[in-house]
Amino acid sequence: MTTRQAPPAGAAQHLERYEQVIGLEVHAQLKTDSKIFCPCSTRFGARPNTQVCPVCLGLPGALPVLNERAVRFAVMTGIAVGGRISERSVFARKNYFYPDLPKGYQISQYDRPLCEGGVIDIRSGSEWKRIGLVRIHLEEDAGKSLHPEGREGVVTTRVDLNRAGVPLIEIVSEPDIRSGAEAYDYLMRLKQILVYLDVCDGNMEEGSLRCDANVSVRLRGETALGTKTEIKNLNSFRNVERAIAFETERQVSLLEGGGRIVQETLLWNADKGTAETMRSKEEAHDYRYFPEPDLLPLDLDPAWIDAIRSELPELPHQVRDRLTLEYGIPEYDAEVLTETRSLAAYYEEVARRSGNPKLSSNWIMVEVNAARNKAGQAIEEFPVRPDRLGDLVAMIASERISGKIGKQIFELMLESLDGPEALVQRHGLMPIDDETALRALAREVIAANPGPVAEVRAGKDRTFAFLVGQAMKQSRGRAHPEKLQAALRRELEALT
Amino acid sequence: MSDALIHETAEALSRSVASGERSAVEVTLAFLAQIERTAGRLGTYLHKNPEEALAMARAVDERRARGAILGPLAGLPVALKDNLCVRGVPTTCGSRILERYRPPYDAHVVERLRDADAVLIGKTNCDEFAMGSSTENSAYFPTRNPWDLTRVPGGSSGGSAATVAAREAPLALGSDTGGSIRQPAAFCGIVGLKPTYGAVSRYGLVAFASSLDQIGPLARNARDAALLYNAICGQDARDMTSRSEAKPVSLDALERGAGRLRIGVPWELLGEGVDPEIHAALDKALAVFAAEGAKILDVKLPHAGYAIATYYLIAPAEASSNLARYDGVRYGVRAENDDLQTMYAKTRGQGFGREVRRRILLGTYALSAGYYDAYYLRAQRVRTLIRRDFAHALTGADAILLPTTPTPAFRLGEKLDDPLAMYLNDIFSIPASLAGAPALSFPAGFSAGDLPIGLQVVGRPFEEETLLRLARGWELGSDVTAKIPPLLAEADS
Repeated sequence: MTTRQAPPAGAAQHLERYEQVIGLEVHAQLKTDSKIFCPCSTRFGARPNTQVCPVCLGLPGALPVLNERAVRFAVMTGIAVGGRISERSVFARKNYFYPDLPKGYQISQYDRPLCEGGVIDIRSGSEWKRIGLVRIHLEEDAGKSLHPEGREGVVTTRVDLNRAGVPLIEIVSEPDIRSGAEAYDYLMRLKQILVYLDVCDGNMEEGSLRCDANVSVRLRGETALGTKTEIKNLNSFRNVERAIAFETERQVSLLEGGGRIVQETLLWNADKGTAETMRSKEEAHDYRYFPEPDLLPLDLDPAWIDAIRSELPELPHQVRDRLTLEYGIPEYDAEVLTETRSLAAYYEEVARRSGNPKLSSNWIMVEVNAARNKAGQAIEEFPVRPDRLGDLVAMIASERISGKIGKQIFELMLESLDGPEALVQRHGLMPIDDETALRALAREVIAANPGPVAEVRAGKDRTFAFLVGQAMKQSRGRAHPEKLQAALRRELEALT
Repeated sequence: MSDALIHETAEALSRSVASGERSAVEVTLAFLAQIERTAGRLGTYLHKNPEEALAMARAVDERRARGAILGPLAGLPVALKDNLCVRGVPTTCGSRILERYRPPYDAHVVERLRDADAVLIGKTNCDEFAMGSSTENSAYFPTRNPWDLTRVPGGSSGGSAATVAAREAPLALGSDTGGSIRQPAAFCGIVGLKPTYGAVSRYGLVAFASSLDQIGPLARNARDAALLYNAICGQDARDMTSRSEAKPVSLDALERGAGRLRIGVPWELLGEGVDPEIHAALDKALAVFAAEGAKILDVKLPHAGYAIATYYLIAPAEASSNLARYDGVRYGVRAENDDLQTMYAKTRGQGFGREVRRRILLGTYALSAGYYDAYYLRAQRVRTLIRRDFAHALTGADAILLPTTPTPAFRLGEKLDDPLAMYLNDIFSIPASLAGAPALSFPAGFSAGDLPIGLQVVGRPFEEETLLRLARGWELGSDVTAKIPPLLAEADS
């Protein structure tokens, strides 16, 4: 295995002249309870080799039986991205030897996949861009090889087949992606769709979403494709972007140095930030695909497909469009609020309860998301449920309390189960907007700050803000800002 | 002196056990004794199961004593080809690579046999992974033909056919991919039925060529074959290629014999290479069927001539993939080596025999990039044409009659070094396999050298009953006197 050296400094100056051409192959584990060809559980994290049977162990004589739910999930995904669902698709065997592949072949689909075509719309800078899909097909996952190091550095290989037979869909994009950032956005949106459909949990770290990238470069204006390389083992969104950047620079500096790109498969090393040759074109497997004789062609009833289509849950872009339309919030807000289906639902409840959609949106995007990030909580786990937040936003919107007090109440709600009104009462955070009270407050501040008062009276109006601040501080933020200012002015004038 | 009961039909034996006239233990002991007498010379068993067989027989007797209604195979010993998985019992497929392998589960057919109160008497010898036509490709020892110990019993289910012919078991199961039930049935003078593809679940049958493999019965007569077929046929949720159309046959219907059936003969296939004695047997069978009221007609199978070439692309292609799992990683034999690729190569090089390696290479080649279209894909197209040939021929005819093999049993070693000659022995059995059609071989007399001659009938999908009727029709209408293999007379003298 040769390690690719990081490209020499100076490659960057040539990058501008080149265009990146990227296609992604994403494997998504489907959230079925049982495996694709046997009744074994798909639960993650069980003791090795405890979720296995003759079928997923590849024992002699065992036969696969297709899990209908896996087909349903794949069809849902295909419909969601606007692909053409094949009324007949064919499973095929992909033959290769590997210790974690128990049958010596993987049951996949080859020339007749379950779904062809479709698109995913992504953001490219400030523009929307449409990325085409080649296909979506169903297949089974392999097991896991573990390589614990034993005594004296001897590496043994252990195989865990709990994952063998877990259903996967492979989603193959057209080479329409033009930057690492686009690749990142593509993945994020694909994941979002899968999670909205509830067919995949989208967890890249646990391997339920995996990505391989095909990367090539060409001079801008060129239409022919350059020679591509495939990078595997990209286990996070960030690594997809890093690996693409690395490989682009490597290819550009190679071309600029008069070299040629060799078609090969690379393995990304996240620790080193480099990619290593896994196998060259000459070493590429001949998978000897042929139709799986143990499974009949998969024939889907068009009525069944239509039923799935009509029962499909609302998709991210549909929710986004609806939020801008129904609540009149900016597209940017709608985008943030539709990150997950539950966040969108949370928002809708807050907006309805508060009667102020935009203020609700601000509060969720800023305060709620900051608090969640700090605590590492999903919206479902967030202690301030939409009823309490809705009431709080309503109080702010009606100017019952100031935004500042609102933030204090919000902090208190994180630690308590009480509603905002109760917290206002208990903590004495009622606003002060009574004229008499405010003027008394103003007098106190004037008496305590003779120096600044003198400055203001000498015409240095900037110091007035200082006095307002002092008064606000004294009221613990409860004073009504405009009315407080008016009271201060009046009291200052009364000094003469 | 062998017990007379071993010569009785399976049907009569099960009836006598069900009625309490005989115990299952008595029946089992008689066959175990016969196994002791002849199995060593015949090489019929890879694994004998006497204690467990007797325990099963005792359980059947106890169930009867408690008043339970016994299953249709009550107390009947059934021998199983060694590519059928039985929980905890060695299942080697005649291969070194599975030498110490014991499956943790029962094949579907084994479950069905247990449900029918059968007694599992042992695992029979076969060509390694069912690849062969003589049982000489067993990694352990060859099986010999009970009618002539210098000759092969056919294959790959040679052990199952020989054990039934030698009265070591009244019934046996084999598997047929290109003729592996029918050809040994013909060589051993018994009935062998390859059911329609999809009629019997393959769950627990160690795969050779998945789109062709079928499990089927071997018995000494048509009614016994039907009895066993009825116990194993029908759809199984664990085999997606098994079909709901598969239904048991009516034993009463078999008594109608050839009746008014229309029997087609593909005369143009029966040219050179067919032994004149087999031709004569065919003529005689036609006369018997005609006498029972059958109508004889000429049918054409225009693409049958391509069957062997087609089969030897499709079957090895599937086999090359099916046998990839024997890699030394999880079970079976492993040739230890620090390097993974070397471990694979040595395990498979040492674990598989010559014929298996040859077919893996053939199949790998046929599926390789650049060759797939010319070989595998073209073979699939020809297969479709052959299937249509049968569908067409079987619109005018209810069944097609042809020889099972071109010649009677050949001698051990005769074709071992000439794989092509060995492959050509399956020329008449392979077309029906490719068509997925049911096909049956029935004993239709003897050659001048006292070797059994088998004839084959092929029918429409899921019309096994028609084929069994014809086999029964031959039994009812022919004047061939029952013979027993000389080995048995010898053993008794």
